[in-house]
Amino acid sequence: MLAAFALVPVQQSYLLQARQMQALSFSVHIPLVCFGIALPAIILYAEWRFLRTGDPLYRVLAQRWTRIMAALFAVGVITGTILSFEMGLLWPNFTATFGSVFGLGFAVEGFSFFIEAIFIGIYVYGWDRLSPRAHFASGIPMALSGITGSLMVIAVNGWMNHPTGFRLVGGKAVDVHPFKALFENSYFWHELVHMYLAGYIVTGFLLAGAYAIGRMRGKWGRYERTALAIPLTIAALVAPVQILVGDWAAREVAKTQPLKLAAIEGLAHTTKGAPEHLLGWYSGGQVKYGIAIPKMLSLLAFHNPNATVTGLDSVPPDERPPDVNVVRVAFQTMVGIGTLLALLAVGYLATLYRRKRLPESAWFYRVLALAGPLSVVALIAGWVTTEVGRQPWVVYGVMHTSEAVTGAGGIPIGYGALALIYVGVGLAVVWILRRLARAPLDLPEGPAES
Amino acid sequence: MHFNEIPLLFVLIGLVLYTVLAGADFGAGFWQLTAGSGERGERIRDHAHHSMATVWEANHVWLIFVLTVFWTAYPTAFGSIASTLCVALFIAAVGIIFRGAAYALRAGTETAREARTVDLVAALSSILTPFALGAAVGGIASRRVPVGNAAGNLITSWLNPTSILIGVLAVATSAYLAAVYLAADAARLGDRDLEQRFRMRALGAGLAGGAIAMGGLVVLHADAHPLYDRLLAGTGLPALIISVLAGLTTLGLVWVRRFEPARYTAALAVAAIIAGWALAQRPSLLPGLTIAQAVAPHETLVAVIIAVLAGAAILFPSLGLLFKLTLSGRLEHGEDKGDNQDKQRPAHQGQIPIQITPARAALSPTARPGLSIRLAAACLIMGVGFLTFAEAGWAHLIGVVALLGFIAIGFVAVAPGEVAEQGTADVQDGRLG
Repeated sequence: MLAAFALVPVQQSYLLQARQMQALSFSVHIPLVCFGIALPAIILYAEWRFLRTGDPLYRVLAQRWTRIMAALFAVGVITGTILSFEMGLLWPNFTATFGSVFGLGFAVEGFSFFIEAIFIGIYVYGWDRLSPRAHFASGIPMALSGITGSLMVIAVNGWMNHPTGFRLVGGKAVDVHPFKALFENSYFWHELVHMYLAGYIVTGFLLAGAYAIGRMRGKWGRYERTALAIPLTIAALVAPVQILVGDWAAREVAKTQPLKLAAIEGLAHTTKGAPEHLLGWYSGGQVKYGIAIPKMLSLLAFHNPNATVTGLDSVPPDERPPDVNVVRVAFQTMVGIGTLLALLAVGYLATLYRRKRLPESAWFYRVLALAGPLSVVALIAGWVTTEVGRQPWVVYGVMHTSEAVTGAGGIPIGYGALALIYVGVGLAVVWILRRLARAPLDLPEGPAES
Repeated sequence: MHFNEIPLLFVLIGLVLYTVLAGADFGAGFWQLTAGSGERGERIRDHAHHSMATVWEANHVWLIFVLTVFWTAYPTAFGSIASTLCVALFIAAVGIIFRGAAYALRAGTETAREARTVDLVAALSSILTPFALGAAVGGIASRRVPVGNAAGNLITSWLNPTSILIGVLAVATSAYLAAVYLAADAARLGDRDLEQRFRMRALGAGLAGGAIAMGGLVVLHADAHPLYDRLLAGTGLPALIISVLAGLTTLGLVWVRRFEPARYTAALAVAAIIAGWALAQRPSLLPGLTIAQAVAPHETLVAVIIAVLAGAAILFPSLGLLFKLTLSGRLEHGEDKGDNQDKQRPAHQGQIPIQITPARAALSPTARPGLSIRLAAACLIMGVGFLTFAEAGWAHLIGVVALLGFIAIGFVAVAPGEVAEQGTADVQDGRLG
């Protein structure tokens, strides 16, 4: 009887545009999430240093970063709200069918978001009014809720990639165990750690990159050096670790989503001792113009050079990821940039270790200025890999994306409008960050400079 | 009340709080739009911005709460509503983007002219979002949203007499709530001139809102007769009466300048009208879909109720703290433009840095740099071993913890603050030579 009230899939000629609109919304929101994850903790470190040493430099640092955080959080609030609207506007059948399974994650995330918004309000506007300790304390829930919020959202994404905790009967989810679906899922831990570290990499390199650009323009006092060294050191320690975590993530994908791995590599046929191709283009069932490394894929995915890797042809064509090259290029972009960032990081750490000072090469700072934007590219490429690689499923192996989409017309209009508005939002963010950077430093002269 | 309806009660409470709190935020934008130019207009706009700056983000999260609890507990109804009313919801979303962007931008404005331009963007949202969300509610209340994936008309579901009525009423209510709150804030700050101006606006908006609501009954009679019947003769009547009484009381309180209690009676008037709608429509959510039919499986309801109650236990004390600090003036109003900082600085001059205990000194990198480097290296090796070469889940957990340890201890070992104190050779006087 219940099944009579399920929504039915409809023909939607603009499915691709709906997916692109969703991808656009994610791509705008996810870099802001990185700041939500990492910036509060970095600011709290600076404030803690101020409380400990009484050095006004750290207070100015924390206050200026607080303004950046406030502005970016405001933009994150709205881009996040858009995402929750799109759950219904673009994918009503997904939400209607599985809201009872995954919705809990978002409901808890809502509370986390509440706590974040409340304590950001207190932290941002309490700088000069609360006692130093009370102010520092108000930053702690702000930093923690940034973590729990992303934990909940990634738990939902983990469930979409590895759905458990329900049975589907007549298009209706029954026998639903929401806690089990979200948190007993073995699949989301690597995603969480991977994203969490990415948050520190993106925030660290973007923030440090801004001061690297400042150095090129001759701004290189003790304030700027400190402002560069703190986020850069964090990013530099995280970047090599991210390679290890990424490798772990790839092994989990190999186990749980063999077809995603096949799309990442462009492996048409199930192969024993499968090779790995660097670069190249997937066409006609093979990777062309790539550099093949024999048995490498088997070795990386299963730690065994002769392991059998599942190919795309193990399932009917309508269950294979349709955009193999999108997945491949995105994956290789992520790995390539991640490797570059890790090399830059190791170079930086080695200079610190051997010379006990910051690097002096102008080239280091030029590359560092690029590292921030590149890390954002890697971040988005990583999400493209996992999201496009999940296709044609919205709920892996259970619901096709084409079954989830709205029956409403006019998707291209909404897509175009949102794209235009987001261009405006992007310009606004650049404007505000430049304005905040331009504000004169409020530092006492003399002793603060070395 | 049935168990099935508990999450719906949460949703309605969230909707009331969203209407009252975020509504006041949008309404503040309305007064910015109508403030006019010149110094007087600028003061109104600044007051509207500063009063809302500390709380607006938290106020807007109520909408996220409403959406997420609704789609978890009544997924079919959510899918049907969101797909049919997608145009109205998209317009509301655009308004929300404008609101947040305007807030972010205002921190960087330097001249009054820039601030005015930014306020205009916020003001646009004050019309777009309340109207569109009100229109969406009108579509549901007038039974124009059938069950199904975009099964209703994408335009007339939210552009119809009932929707337009509720949309306009939402804009007026927002403006009214904002005027009452802003008058209360101005009174608290001791600004008689602003207080008087927002008092007049509150009275004007209150009367206009009341007139729209009364006139709107004619619209409901013609366009949404079942709703009209149940509001005036059935289960919704007590709520309607409470709403009218609370609205009149608020006008009286504003008239005699008792703004603080007026905040609460104004909120009560809004809460009562939403309750009236819910009671009038009960037990039907959408045409042909009752609450009992729309509800998620039992275990999900239990999970949602637990999550909401546990969340509320953390949320309300936090929210109470935020409002208490804001209303007692302990949070700085607006972005400081430099002058506030200097004013407040002396308060911090006498503060004592945290004592450096022996334990802290031992951890300090300058004390034992070699030790922390060796510890970090040990963590890294352990992390690689457990995460990369071991297979079991527990081993991966140890590996991740060890790698996080590497990052944390490595950070202590590097001590970026100390490193940055060493000026590089090519630097003189803080500038590149």
